[in-house]
Amino acid sequence: MQKKRINEYIWEIPPDQKPGMKVPARIVASEKLISGMDEGVYNQITNVACLPGIRQYAWCMPDGHWGYGFPIGGVAAFDMDEGVISPGGIGFDINCGVRLIRTSLAEDEVRPKLKELVDTLFRNIPAGVGKSGSVSLSRREFDNVITQGAGWCQKNGYAWEEDLNRIEQRGQIPGADSSAVSDKAVNRGVDQIGTLGSGNHYLEVQSVRFDEGCDAETSRLLGIEEPGQVTIMIHCGSRGFGHQIGTDYLQSFGSAMKRYGITTNDRELACAPISSPEGKQYFGAMACAANAAFANRQVITHHVRQSFEKVFGKPADRLGMNLVYDVAHNIAKIETYDIEGRPTKLLVHRKGATRAYGPGNPALSGIFHQLGQPVLVGGSMQAGSYLMVGTRMAEELTFGSTCHGAGRAMSRAAAKKRVRGSDLLHQMENEGIIVRTASFSGLAEEAGFAYKNVSDVVEAVHNLGISRKVARFHPMANIKG
Amino acid sequence: MRSARFRFEIVEDLASADFIFDAYGQTLEDLFKACATACFTAMTEIEPVEPIKEYNLMVDGEDLNELLYNYIAELIYLKDTEKSFFSYFEIHIAEDKKSLSSVVRGEPIDYDKHVIKTDVKAVTYHDLNITERNGEYVTRMVLDL
Repeated sequence: MQKKRINEYIWEIPPDQKPGMKVPARIVASEKLISGMDEGVYNQITNVACLPGIRQYAWCMPDGHWGYGFPIGGVAAFDMDEGVISPGGIGFDINCGVRLIRTSLAEDEVRPKLKELVDTLFRNIPAGVGKSGSVSLSRREFDNVITQGAGWCQKNGYAWEEDLNRIEQRGQIPGADSSAVSDKAVNRGVDQIGTLGSGNHYLEVQSVRFDEGCDAETSRLLGIEEPGQVTIMIHCGSRGFGHQIGTDYLQSFGSAMKRYGITTNDRELACAPISSPEGKQYFGAMACAANAAFANRQVITHHVRQSFEKVFGKPADRLGMNLVYDVAHNIAKIETYDIEGRPTKLLVHRKGATRAYGPGNPALSGIFHQLGQPVLVGGSMQAGSYLMVGTRMAEELTFGSTCHGAGRAMSRAAAKKRVRGSDLLHQMENEGIIVRTASFSGLAEEAGFAYKNVSDVVEAVHNLGISRKVARFHPMANIKG
Repeated sequence: MRSARFRFEIVEDLASADFIFDAYGQTLEDLFKACATACFTAMTEIEPVEPIKEYNLMVDGEDLNELLYNYIAELIYLKDTEKSFFSYFEIHIAEDKKSLSSVVRGEPIDYDKHVIKTDVKAVTYHDLNITERNGEYVTRMVLDL
């Protein structure tokens, strides 16, 4: 497939490269990243460019890699009247996302107690296949969780009052419709609130670094003040509840497409008009899953705070354990952008991509209105992660979107052939990173070498200007599902 | 994993977070069994999973691909709600190929007894296409981990 270079960090595949493309596809990447981008990304992002009602460009972020339907890293915006909603553009793990918690503790205060801390966290936060959470919910109460999200957590003692101000959309997506959710989804999810899950999900204890190009002043205003300050990052989503909603609607959209005369290049791109009853139903169910994910990360935060209290013998507020921010990176949202000079409502799908609103965006309040929205980029468990902020450039160029992580460079099976989980655990301990895992083979699949270099990804979005580098976090300990 | 009647081969060369395999079966039932076995092989070593508890499943689908998708989706659902791994799959596909009945056996997940690998979130339709090739049934399947 032919691509042309638009500037140093944007590559375009014109619509003449595949029958049915309605808009060009664009990939954000440096020359190094584009040379390593797998062919699947080109095929998948051009399939996305064929979907009805897509506007401007089908984007793929620099951490893009082969997914199903949309590539991971895919961003696409659809007209509210002519466009579609696609579960394959969101992913099965609806509102998979990242949350960052600060502390007032320094690395040298935490190191002597790190093993005790990690064991306490691993005991208190269930991780891995088939684990239940500590929150016992009736069906009725679960309905409240999925319609109120983090708001439910606050009412029930799992959140500080200020936490909600530091979650994308206050941790509660409007339009959640519990009648659009199957009993099966509820049965799968009802006992999983407060669990980490498996795969690439993790809870990491980290130490702050200000590398060249970081913005220590912005960082300070966001509560990340000093090199060596200890933070906690949580990466997980809506668990079985969201997975079942994705499964249910992928199935039912097959017949909906026939009814609406829609064809796609890949059944994983099954979709329905946004304005159709089926489209509205899926949106309502997706919002429920998004709220469940916000609640999940909030309940985990509660257990993180309790674990720190136990190990350090002080209340969490005196340990400065405020939430920095919480972002969703698998979601579709109704947002307004300029199309041909007119403000237009669009449904923006982000699958492995993060919202990156810039300073002055009316959806942001307080310090975020001044600085731009925090963007949390989770790297591999060996390479570390980044705090960035959104920019106006992102709003003008990429539907207010940026990268979400490092992005895989190797399959899980290939990674497992290169290293044994137990060997990797010892290797990481020698690097000063303590690991507790529910699965040694799962650990090997997440080895740092299986991912792209997160710094390359961050440099690409920083240099293009669709987000701005603020601080880096070096891993000290990792809990893996 | 290989038996006389069915097998699957894991696809390693795609830079993907998913579990991708090609499944083969002498009959359609064998092919479905290969996919079910592969699904639980992603999560555990299935040999130590004892067929102690039994479940009877009825699954429908508009066509064969949908029937397979729905069958694997049902097994993933059962894994989460019963918190169990499964190792025995008996499958009977109806003549019109739009429904199946299945007896599934396994046991509750035990972190001391079972090897824990990576959870399967969902089955996908990506590249799912059952065909007949060289006298056997074949499909690729992508599971979201």
